[in-house]
Amino acid sequence: MSMTTQDPDQPLADLLGPPPPDEVMAALHASLTAKAEAAGLLDIAYRTLDTPVGTLLLAATQAGLVRVAYEREGIDTALERLASKLSPRILNAPQRLDGAARQLEEYFAGHRQRFDLPLDLALASGFRRSVLSYLPAIGYGHTASYQSVAAAVNNPRAVRAVGTACATNPLPLVIPCHRVIRADGQMGAYLGGPEIKHQLLDMEASA
Amino acid sequence: MTGKQPFEQLVSEHGPAVLRVCRAVLEPIDADDAWSETFLSALQAYPQLPADANVEAWLVTIAHRKAIDIIRRTSRAAVPVADVPAAAAVATSDSPDGRDLDLPRSLARLPERQRFAVTYHYLGGLPYAEVAAIIGGTADAVRRAAADGIANLRKAQGTVR
Repeated sequence: MSMTTQDPDQPLADLLGPPPPDEVMAALHASLTAKAEAAGLLDIAYRTLDTPVGTLLLAATQAGLVRVAYEREGIDTALERLASKLSPRILNAPQRLDGAARQLEEYFAGHRQRFDLPLDLALASGFRRSVLSYLPAIGYGHTASYQSVAAAVNNPRAVRAVGTACATNPLPLVIPCHRVIRADGQMGAYLGGPEIKHQLLDMEASA
Repeated sequence: MTGKQPFEQLVSEHGPAVLRVCRAVLEPIDADDAWSETFLSALQAYPQLPADANVEAWLVTIAHRKAIDIIRRTSRAAVPVADVPAAAAVATSDSPDGRDLDLPRSLARLPERQRFAVTYHYLGGLPYAEVAAIIGGTADAVRRAAADGIANLRKAQGTVR
């Protein structure tokens, strides 16, 4: 302990005691999220999920799953964007993501080919949104080219815009932009990284 | 709106300090309620908070209001009169749920103004002027109350040793 304890501007840890332990804070946090949910104040709930393609961020509004983000996209960055674009009323509250987490675990275990979840496409608008709405039509284990997706959404010249819609997909995996590849058969880019796109398509092909 | 942190970050950054503040001025059970009510109110008001606001001062101010509400509506935590040790506060040394208290009994025994001044300045991290805005009086008066409170705490600690 310091010998200058008479200085009233010392941190005073010896007088005021230690900060509350983590488990006390965790219990209070859990009761806060439950009350916030009950009061309709929890605009965005999130959790992280460890998967074969790394840690994922899962976030849901009261309407449905609104964001899935890869670690490579930056989980904190994704949360800050949700705060500025949708609402800063964001809490780490896993319960709302139970269904999404379970279905993703089933998908990675090879037991699920189609996601059945309420989705909130609030982060996508216009043409990008119509592309994203179409993508679930590309079935598990299949691929489609950027050109064919452009044609399918009645805008055959908008190939680059389809690429942009995939690159900015707020719900990767659940909206299967990894199944959209280049017309020459090459993978093309992926927001989780090209190696993960490869991994997902291999997994689906062998299931 | 841009640049506002997710609320979760406020809870993790300031949650422990706000809990220490609540526990310094309330009994443990009431302190936990005050903490939840503070963050629930803050969550509701957060979208309207100016981006450059002092978040900790804002949270401590809400916590103070919740604490006063709780003190007023519970008889067992009656507001102590200055310089008379609060009987209720002495009783907090052995909490019924067996949880260790974070704060020594001596802080709970301080006269109310000293306890508020020490708590909001040293535990809540608020400048004296902000503490004065919450509990009334001038910044200088709050500074003196905090200094007296610290002196009393040191005295109490000395008697334990």
